[in-house]
Amino acid sequence: MVPLKMELDARHLLCPMPVIRASAAVTQLASGDVLSVHCTDPGALYDIPAWCRLEGHEVLEAGTRPDGDVWVTFRVRK
Amino acid sequence: MQNGTRKAVVLLSGGLDSLLAARLMQDQGIHVEGINFFTGFCVEGHTHAIRATRKGRVVRNNALHCAEQLGIRLHIIDVIDEYKDVVLNPRHGYGAHLNPCLDCKGFMVGKARAWMEDHGFDFIVTGEVLGQRPMSQRRDTFPVVARESGAEDRLLRPLCAKLLPPTLPEREGWVDRERLLALSGRNRKPQIALAAAYGFDYAQPAGGCCFLTDPNYARKLRDLWESRGERRYDFDDIMLLKIGRHLRPRPSFKLIIGREAGENRFLEGYRNRYPHLWSTDYNGPLALLLGDADADDVELACAIAARFGQGRAAPAVRIAVGRPDGSRTDHVVTPLPAHRLDAQWYL
Repeated sequence: MVPLKMELDARHLLCPMPVIRASAAVTQLASGDVLSVHCTDPGALYDIPAWCRLEGHEVLEAGTRPDGDVWVTFRVRK
Repeated sequence: MQNGTRKAVVLLSGGLDSLLAARLMQDQGIHVEGINFFTGFCVEGHTHAIRATRKGRVVRNNALHCAEQLGIRLHIIDVIDEYKDVVLNPRHGYGAHLNPCLDCKGFMVGKARAWMEDHGFDFIVTGEVLGQRPMSQRRDTFPVVARESGAEDRLLRPLCAKLLPPTLPEREGWVDRERLLALSGRNRKPQIALAAAYGFDYAQPAGGCCFLTDPNYARKLRDLWESRGERRYDFDDIMLLKIGRHLRPRPSFKLIIGREAGENRFLEGYRNRYPHLWSTDYNGPLALLLGDADADDVELACAIAARFGQGRAAPAVRIAVGRPDGSRTDHVVTPLPAHRLDAQWYL
């Protein structure tokens, strides 16, 4: 099965809501799928990767865009 | 995890006590996972992340940071809606401000109890210390929490367990009571020494972890209820109470004015919900207009908004008022002079 690529809009949500939303989204995904979370809370750059480490998901990319928004992309591992 | 290993869910706040309580359980071979409830009032993470002036600091979620140090899973659970009843109708009343600490603890341990049962865990752990908090951490209130949460004797408080009657995990030999602690009171030195021994890095929030214990926040929440004529709130309401300057010049409306770039950016997320004001010809903050403002109120709001921008000394400033439907009107106003900015407007 081709891995899914899903985007999650978590803009204007503050810590820890982006993590809560990402966690909920992962329940809909299978191992190997990729989730990209788009946030405005800069804390998400620390929190989502930390949560991924605890859950065993693989962070592929994380960064800040010129407009100040941040994103974290990770591969789901279950 | 070996067969027969007992499992505990720890209420991991992100503070030192629950971090230590979890670690004491790990030392006894207990499988530990963390649970963290997001009520909407948690100081954790919010204003820390909003204000641009804090950019030099690491804006991390402390509960996640604690879980990483322990090497355990952390389940962060949104309880915003359910928690309203705790805030609005606390059976045991409020503390010094709008903090329903005893009801809150009973609620959280009750949620942890349900989680424990759903996930096949054996007991609940908290970082409570006898006598550390005036409302929820007392010898006479500990049994109230155990009873009202339904956790009963499956609730273990490792940091002060030796001062309390033995719980089920102790009686059954899942944990060795002799290796638990007998901490009491508000002196934090034993915890700090223990943290150093374990090599833990932890946050020490000044003023606690809940906005409901903050007098300024409580005052704004009361004002919200009074202005509405009823005690209710939604998620955005309680988020906005944490941000910006709040001014109520008249009973009919309130202004929330960003104090710096991070707050302005956050307030921008509410442009599609509330009328919002900004200066078109000078740098200045974004202001949200909440309430039922008539034309005269809007003019006053514009003059106040101009007061907080770089055009404050100019004879006239153009203020745009955007509305959720996308419409916009422009108002040329004289910035409100300092002496007319009534200190009593500040919430």
